[in-house]
Amino acid sequence: MPAAIPSDGHGPDILVAGGGLAALCAAIAARRTGASVWLVDAAPDTLRGGNARHGRNLRVAHDGPTAHVPDRYAVTELEADLRRADPGADPQLLHRLAMDSRDVPRWLAAQGVAFQPHAAGALPYSRRTVFLLGGGTAMVNALARTARRLGVRVLHETTVEEVAPGGHAVLRAREGRAEVCARAIVACTGGFQANRPWLRDAFGCAADGFVNRGTPYATGRVLRALLDRGAAPVGHATHAHLVAVDARAPADDGGIVTRADGMAWGLVLDRDGRPVRDATHETGSARYSGWGRRVAACPGGLAHVILDNAGVARLGRRVYAPRTMADTDTLAQTLGVDPARLAATLAREGPAGGPPWHVLSIRPGITFTGLGVRVDPDGRVLDRCGAPVPGLFAAGMIMAPAVLGGRYLSGTALTVCAVFGRRAGEAAARHAHA
Amino acid sequence: MPTPDTMILDEARRQMTVCVVCKYCNGYCDVFRAADRRPALSDADLLFLANLCHHCRNCWYACQYRPPHAFAVALPAALARVRVLSWRRFVGLRPSPGGLAGLALAATLLVPLLAVLLVPAETLFATHRGPGAFHAVIPRDAMVWGAALAILGPVGWVAVAMVRFWRAIGADTSGPQVAAAVPLALRDIVTLRNLSGGGAGCNDRDDAASGARRRAHHLVLWGFLLTVAATLAAAGAHHLLGMRAPYPWISAPVLLGTTGGVALLAGVAALAWIKHRADPAPEAPETRTAEWTLLAVLGAAAASGLALLVLRETAAMGMLLALHLGTVLAFFVTLPFGKMMHAPFRALALLRAAIDRQETARPHARPQDP
Repeated sequence: MPAAIPSDGHGPDILVAGGGLAALCAAIAARRTGASVWLVDAAPDTLRGGNARHGRNLRVAHDGPTAHVPDRYAVTELEADLRRADPGADPQLLHRLAMDSRDVPRWLAAQGVAFQPHAAGALPYSRRTVFLLGGGTAMVNALARTARRLGVRVLHETTVEEVAPGGHAVLRAREGRAEVCARAIVACTGGFQANRPWLRDAFGCAADGFVNRGTPYATGRVLRALLDRGAAPVGHATHAHLVAVDARAPADDGGIVTRADGMAWGLVLDRDGRPVRDATHETGSARYSGWGRRVAACPGGLAHVILDNAGVARLGRRVYAPRTMADTDTLAQTLGVDPARLAATLAREGPAGGPPWHVLSIRPGITFTGLGVRVDPDGRVLDRCGAPVPGLFAAGMIMAPAVLGGRYLSGTALTVCAVFGRRAGEAAARHAHA
Repeated sequence: MPTPDTMILDEARRQMTVCVVCKYCNGYCDVFRAADRRPALSDADLLFLANLCHHCRNCWYACQYRPPHAFAVALPAALARVRVLSWRRFVGLRPSPGGLAGLALAATLLVPLLAVLLVPAETLFATHRGPGAFHAVIPRDAMVWGAALAILGPVGWVAVAMVRFWRAIGADTSGPQVAAAVPLALRDIVTLRNLSGGGAGCNDRDDAASGARRRAHHLVLWGFLLTVAATLAAAGAHHLLGMRAPYPWISAPVLLGTTGGVALLAGVAALAWIKHRADPAPEAPETRTAEWTLLAVLGAAAASGLALLVLRETAAMGMLLALHLGTVLAFFVTLPFGKMMHAPFRALALLRAAIDRQETARPHARPQDP
């Protein structure tokens, strides 16, 4: 038995796999019922929190203004918005999500999470979302502290390799493997966006151009294990939430600041110098994911945004400054395309103010994948016949494709994680006590 | 070849650029909201932002880009380095941390040494009672002229540095703008609003919310101001009422000085405890000696002042008086070169931030949902 994995003869009541928002909520909720809980996170303590580290806001229904969110956003309105974004969404889960979202800010605050007062004026106006004070990492810090204080046993740098009905799991730490028998397992390990071979299976060679915006520990290993054990799949492996990011972004964990912009007022060219057009002309936040899909469809998963001086000024401050080319020939040389054809394209469709030209190269940035496991509103994993698999629960992005399979609405991922994490943790604890 | 100053400023600019794009920390303090209005992040902007930073460390613990992330954003340390740079640049001189500590120690010991050398032992180690007892040990003229020289020089130097700093960060403001913003800045100073973490408290020791450092700093600030008030009250008693020190227990100088001294000592002890126990990861190690030096000088001044009060009717009074005057001398001679420069420069940075807030307070259209 590896030293990092406790070997006191028996496993915990509840084993929570994962370390993000759903995992933390499940662990806290289960522990608060009195169950013994292990939280098993593949990431080291310094990179804990899964993709919640990069989160910012949660979409919640509310009947009137509070300190953290103005105006009103009725449950029915949230439910309708979600259904419009994903007409195929599971109606039972959708209803649970919308109903429970109302209590999310109160419950998270009770676990130590701080929200930003909207009256402070430092936020973009939003009646649909509450903003985390300090962002997702601050939330993760607060929840991890609460979990530890309550007595949740946290195992970092430990991977859940296998899960089986009845609550059996195989864990691997640096020192070796160990079998653990819990009364229930809550799988909160998200999608497979950090798993290159699986991405290549799903997206073909376009996947080689993907940049993972979040945690490098989202390997999808538990998702695969659940599907192999008979869990019903939901969503599609070929779906993903993509946004256009700067091509210089780090391979993982680039988060919010690498997101690219300027496509709407510049000319976007693919690797071979052919214009990439946006027939939708979206200007809201949907433009980010629209361009994510579009650049994913480009050869090599690469495109270039060409801006003139006015376009760069409109861009504002960026983490990665655009590269500036004095003339069209230099631009053609840099992009490796035919100068005459590029000049013609720019004359026909380019921004009017150049040269000089400013170039931002962009790639598809993957936020989460679209294949998950089917669960009931209490997070019980369902098999292909719709029956619960005993002792197996799932929450967060691993089951989110059932409700977020369509267009992404800001703040919904964290809400799914908080709502179903808490529900699954409580249901797993009931199962363990039964 | 970039100079060390250029490297410090460029590194702060690189990190702050991530902050300006990310914006997650905007709820914590004025630094991020001020940076939002200055996306160009010029050198002057960074000098301003660094002095606006109260070093609450919330942004370190909340940062998704802190080490080991490749972006390696470590803003508390980066801004601490720019602060020290700004003090050196506008004061024109900054000794090494060891030199600063040595200067403080030398000044503290200088007065007792002079007392031993110049005051006859039978006077220095005698028991003196009643009005005029202090001046029986150290003549009034020596004390007044010594104090004038020790205080006016450093305070004048600091004033010049403040003018130069304001020229760098506030040259584009008008008199009426400044006048309108002064009450806001004063309120920020006396409440330490920027140490509230946007309502969540600060990360004094680790990622747990805490109000301890803010409370300790309040004790230091108000204790310090009370001791200044005690000094002014003593001068008033001397010149206006013709009274001679030491003053009775129930008198303005002694009551103010005792309250202030106790508050200052308690605050310094609490700050030292917090600093000692705090996670060092967010800190710039090379800025720490100056912080410890200031705490030591303030603590020594408060402790020796209180000891002088308690033991003023014993034979220890003479040397305690000399020691206390030595600590006060140490405070003033290190004033322009040490951590104490945070106070005048932060006051100016808060004033500049208050002007910006007023300018952008006009109601504007609602931006779209994010």
